[in-house]
Amino acid sequence: MCLAIPARVAEILDGDQAVVDLGGVRKDVSLALLDGVEVGDYVIVHVGYALNKLDPEEAARTLALFAEMGQQASPA
Amino acid sequence: MSKVRENYVRPLDLKQGRVDMTHGSGGRAMAQLIEELFGRHFDNEFLRQGNDGSVLPPLTIGGRLVMSCDGHVVSPLFFPGGDIGCLSVHGTVNDVAVMGARPLYLAASFILEEGFPLADLAKIVESMAKAAKEAGVAVVTGDTKVVEAGKADGVFITTTGIGVLPEGVTTLSGDRALPGDVILLSGTIGDHGMAIMAQRESLGFSAPIVSDTAPLHGLIETMLATGADIRCLRDPTRGGLATTLNEIARQSGVGMMLDEAAIPVNPEVAAACEFLGLDPLYVANEGKLIAIVAAADADKVLAAMRAHPQGARAEKIGAVLVDDHHFVQMTTGFGGRRIVDWLTGEQLPRIC
Amino acid sequence: MKFVDEFRDGKLARGLAAAIAAEAAPARRYSFMEFCGGHTHAISRYGVTDLLPANVRMVHGPGCPVCVLPIGRVDMAIELALKHGVILCTYGDCLRVPASGGLSLMKAKARGGDVRIVYSSADALKVAQDNPGRQVVFFAIGFETTTPPTAVVIKQAAALGLDNFSVLCCHVLTPSAISNILESPEVRELGTVPLDGFIGPAHVSTVIGYAPYEFFAEEFRKPVVIAGFEPLDVMQAILMLVRQVNEGRAEVENEFTRAVTRDGNLKAQNLVSEIFELRREFEWRGLGLVPYSALKIRQEYERFDAEKRFPLGYRSVADNKACECGAILRGVKRPQDCKLFGTVCTPENPIGSCMVSSEGACAAHYTYGRYKDAA
Repeated sequence: MCLAIPARVAEILDGDQAVVDLGGVRKDVSLALLDGVEVGDYVIVHVGYALNKLDPEEAARTLALFAEMGQQASPA
Repeated sequence: MSKVRENYVRPLDLKQGRVDMTHGSGGRAMAQLIEELFGRHFDNEFLRQGNDGSVLPPLTIGGRLVMSCDGHVVSPLFFPGGDIGCLSVHGTVNDVAVMGARPLYLAASFILEEGFPLADLAKIVESMAKAAKEAGVAVVTGDTKVVEAGKADGVFITTTGIGVLPEGVTTLSGDRALPGDVILLSGTIGDHGMAIMAQRESLGFSAPIVSDTAPLHGLIETMLATGADIRCLRDPTRGGLATTLNEIARQSGVGMMLDEAAIPVNPEVAAACEFLGLDPLYVANEGKLIAIVAAADADKVLAAMRAHPQGARAEKIGAVLVDDHHFVQMTTGFGGRRIVDWLTGEQLPRIC
Repeated sequence: MKFVDEFRDGKLARGLAAAIAAEAAPARRYSFMEFCGGHTHAISRYGVTDLLPANVRMVHGPGCPVCVLPIGRVDMAIELALKHGVILCTYGDCLRVPASGGLSLMKAKARGGDVRIVYSSADALKVAQDNPGRQVVFFAIGFETTTPPTAVVIKQAAALGLDNFSVLCCHVLTPSAISNILESPEVRELGTVPLDGFIGPAHVSTVIGYAPYEFFAEEFRKPVVIAGFEPLDVMQAILMLVRQVNEGRAEVENEFTRAVTRDGNLKAQNLVSEIFELRREFEWRGLGLVPYSALKIRQEYERFDAEKRFPLGYRSVADNKACECGAILRGVKRPQDCKLFGTVCTPENPIGSCMVSSEGACAAHYTYGRYKDAA
């Protein structure tokens, strides 16, 4: 369910619209469901709508946690 | 100049003119279209014979004939990296070339929709002529039909190709893959299909993706010249890499194991696929080939491929193995294993 | 792709696999349901189960909006296209779902129905604006993620005064479905389906937050971890569930901290409650009638409700008798336990809904995992 993907806001347009960028691919999305979005933010995009913002610091923390779990289990 | 020519009132209006029903009616308008557009661009000694069919010379090199046919419908007709014209040449030239044959002649059949701009038709014919010249094939015969507006999508082009498989060259065939063979891929996958998809306005995305449409006979010649034991070549067009490998696995009665990390995908293609919920393994290519090669010769063939511009990003992507179920499987980049199945239905954008 | 590729890293996966193997007690079995089809798809596509110890088993849940869509609702969409001559806009996922009389939306299209694939609800609204002389119906399916975009276009249609646009609303709710499974006799009394915990869908929680799951953790004493859809997210969620089970905890934990909070997206929630209200009950394929498990359009917006605009009746249609989709959606059976699986029911000729959507349990197992049955 709910194929959604994080993409970077590249441009804010009129009418609650924005252009997001994912690996060089640009797509028009609606910001109708989200306030306070700025260029450079990452948002979770689903069926052409930004559902929520993605927090890059939390993402980095999660990745660090993955690495830590692995190291605890199998100290290299 | 032919006799008909003298009766023309004015030349074809290639700027503002449009295809109308008379262009397919067999009368002067059709003769004019053929002469001023098709004849001019495809010009060769065979077309100049001006007959219903072309008499071709005896083969100078001995060998057997290879023939293939491909209908081309694409929307939009013009896309980054090509158009329906060059696509219709590459498609058939490649189908002949992957048999190990040298493509020689093409026949082209056009179904035109009433109202189609002659300027666009001219661009398509020029592109076809250029592609044919680059591929070293002559368009020796053709046909034009016009259907009423609304009964076609601009232009449909069917091409038939004839090539020669030189004496002594083994017929390459999809039933020759043997366990232990290596699977080579000539470059990135999914470029053509996603280039087309990115042009569809309704999907609202733009991507710097260029179709890979290209003739493969040159690459194939250099591969064959290595003298390696190549079992089979195939170009993974509709249905993508996954479907083509499944066809070979079934024909040969073998299984395959692929290495996902080795399969090259352009980042923009991967990203566009993520947006739409598509898998690049199932997306069409128009200038790539798969080679199944005896393991001992794999490195030699891979080196030859990489030395050719069309194979610069060639990779070893897997191996053929014994499997009564004829499964194509893959070790995922993540470290797991999965089946790479036939394409089901058609590739549709998904939301879930 | 930033924030995507990093979460598919094979090296980190091996580390997490080692952690799960080290912490899962060899003497016991762990059964976790991934509620959402997106997780089912990710698990199959990346081969996540190959990285899990044998005593950790994943049970596929009913969280695939296409799979749980009852035949009767698809029949309504087909009736709109064929009998009422509307332009029916649908997400691509719905096109091949089998309906009554051997039809599907794709087959209805071949019979002359004007069925169009849209990528977004906004596209459907545009079709209505571009075709003022035609009635346009958006076949709205999906869970809490897809509902807010439908709410947006209904509101826009009202603002534009569009009188040729309406919505066939089939939006359903995740928490009600999970309750239904937990209350089922197989889980509650008979114990035929051991469920030690749930992986909750992150994308739904970007909208509704994770608070709605706190009830399950307390009421049913089952741990829940809200997880992202990349394979490393799933692995991490499994590790978190193993730990909760080992420690005897039943809490809601959030793995997807990068975009999920306790409260979710309030703007989207408010918009949804402005446009929609609960249905008293809704039929789910596999689960039957589930109380308060779906949404309908509020009276203030009923002129955009296709069920009000057109004389449409809902008729419940039974699944094929031999089809086990119901039991599979509840986690009672596995795809390979169904007699039809891989024989008469394949992705080309799906009998049941689980074989249609690529994230349905049957399609995922057929497409990615059936080498395991052959071994």
